[in-house]
Amino acid sequence: MNEVNNRPDLSAAVSTDVDQGVESHTARLRRRRIIVNILRILILIIFIGGWELAARVGIIDPFFWGMPSGIWAQIVTWVVNGTAQGPLWQQIAVTLEETVIGFVLGVVLGVVFGVLLGRNRFLADVLSPYLKVANSMPRIVLGAIFGIALGLGIQSKIALAFVLVFFIVFFNAFQGVREVDRNLLANAQILGANQRKISTEVIIPSALSWIIASLHTSFSFALVGAVVGEFLGSVQGLGLLIQTAQGTFNANGVFAAMTILAAVALITEYLITALENRLIRWRPNTVSDVTI
Amino acid sequence: MKYSSAITQRGVSQSKYAIELQNVTKRFLAPTGQPYTALRDLSLSVAPGEFCAIVGPTGCGKSTTLGLITGLERPSAGQVEVMGKPVQGIDPRIGYVFQSDAIFPWKNVLHNVATGPLFRGQSKAEAFERARDWIARVGLSGFEDRYPHQLSGGMRKRVALAQTFINEPEILLMDEPFSALDVQTRTLMEDELLHMWSSISASVVFVTHDLEEAISLADRVCVLTAGPATVKGIYTIDLPRPRNLAEIRFEPRFVHLYQEIWEDLRNEVVISYERSKQQA
Repeated sequence: MNEVNNRPDLSAAVSTDVDQGVESHTARLRRRRIIVNILRILILIIFIGGWELAARVGIIDPFFWGMPSGIWAQIVTWVVNGTAQGPLWQQIAVTLEETVIGFVLGVVLGVVFGVLLGRNRFLADVLSPYLKVANSMPRIVLGAIFGIALGLGIQSKIALAFVLVFFIVFFNAFQGVREVDRNLLANAQILGANQRKISTEVIIPSALSWIIASLHTSFSFALVGAVVGEFLGSVQGLGLLIQTAQGTFNANGVFAAMTILAAVALITEYLITALENRLIRWRPNTVSDVTI
Repeated sequence: MKYSSAITQRGVSQSKYAIELQNVTKRFLAPTGQPYTALRDLSLSVAPGEFCAIVGPTGCGKSTTLGLITGLERPSAGQVEVMGKPVQGIDPRIGYVFQSDAIFPWKNVLHNVATGPLFRGQSKAEAFERARDWIARVGLSGFEDRYPHQLSGGMRKRVALAQTFINEPEILLMDEPFSALDVQTRTLMEDELLHMWSSISASVVFVTHDLEEAISLADRVCVLTAGPATVKGIYTIDLPRPRNLAEIRFEPRFVHLYQEIWEDLRNEVVISYERSKQQA
């Protein structure tokens, strides 16, 4: 009898124990997150503060290496008074325009050619030595040719961003098509898919995780293409801003333009991650929490 | 040969056999460049509406046989006929259930089941309506929006069955469809399959390495030899339908058939095992 009476109490005790366990676990997670954030901010303060202090005390020469307060002042000046080559937002807009057009063209054509060659083994065999050459060449030097051929306008920068993006996306799409599960292909054929449906409903969705993985890298390459293109000769853009600052020994100006570029890159990175989550919703979340 | 006995003539087709393989040989080129014979001089016929199971040792060419019937593969010699006509390309009257998961991981349950009708040119409204009906029939109502990775193995198999049955195939090919499932789920799925099969009049070729499964489900069991595969023996399973799969394996007639066929199959399994040991 005693035993029977004891049972509800026992189970109640166990369940509260479990509840407390869950609670303390979430509390521990929350505390960990707070500590991580505090440490992150601390590192930023030490880095910027140390730099500023070292520059003021004279350990490093702010003429060559700049200093945070000077960089901030430079950004404020650009925002308020504009740059030597026009308003700041216009420089950002020009660089972004070159980057985005080059990126979109590179992605679209990279996917089209990747899928085409991935599906056509004969064509892939014929073209493979040329693709290897094109891939091993440091393509950034093409910027010089584009500068000559396409002039100082945005076309030469778009072209450079394009070639950098194209090859990354192309090789990923090509590999993605080659890796498609043969069972899925056979299933689609038996269910009645024609060649076009097989491409759009099986091969492209299947290769999409490869393609999307390449978008992160290729967007930063598009930005590199646009900025280097502006370096090599241009009338507007953040790359020109850096070059002008360099030419006038304005270290703060170089760092200020770099800071703006970094902010632009971070925002676009965030947008691409959002796009990725939308496009491959079907994929299980195997990679968890690798936030850097 | 002795097929015509005890075959349930439920089909509506004009030809005598739904599927007929005549002296079929299939050779592949192995990656090493050596020719490899998977099937040798194999002859097999399946009547309309008949449930035929193929058993044989692992890797003996059972799946190759199915590939030839679908038209995904071509025979090196011999003739493959479906509904009285030689196989040329993929026949829309054929349905195929794969061993591994072959449903599309980027489509949710509703879109997966509706794939066939959409590929075959039906309107979206009609395809989705029929898909909902089949999803209900396999007991997955309420899961229409789930993606395959959110489902259990048994549920994914149900989706695969619905995806195939929605096309109302006259010939249903199944390649060890339930081998990846646990034993309890497997018996449930076998029950479900027989139930669904009884509602359409398809001829079935069911490949399995599990003799118990073959006898429980089929009208006829065909034993293949260790590769290169050819037909070793054909057995008529005269167990009455509808069958209670949970208990059928305890019936004396079942046990008798099992012993008879196992005698035949065991030698082939031993040969195949000895060979794999030599290769290792």
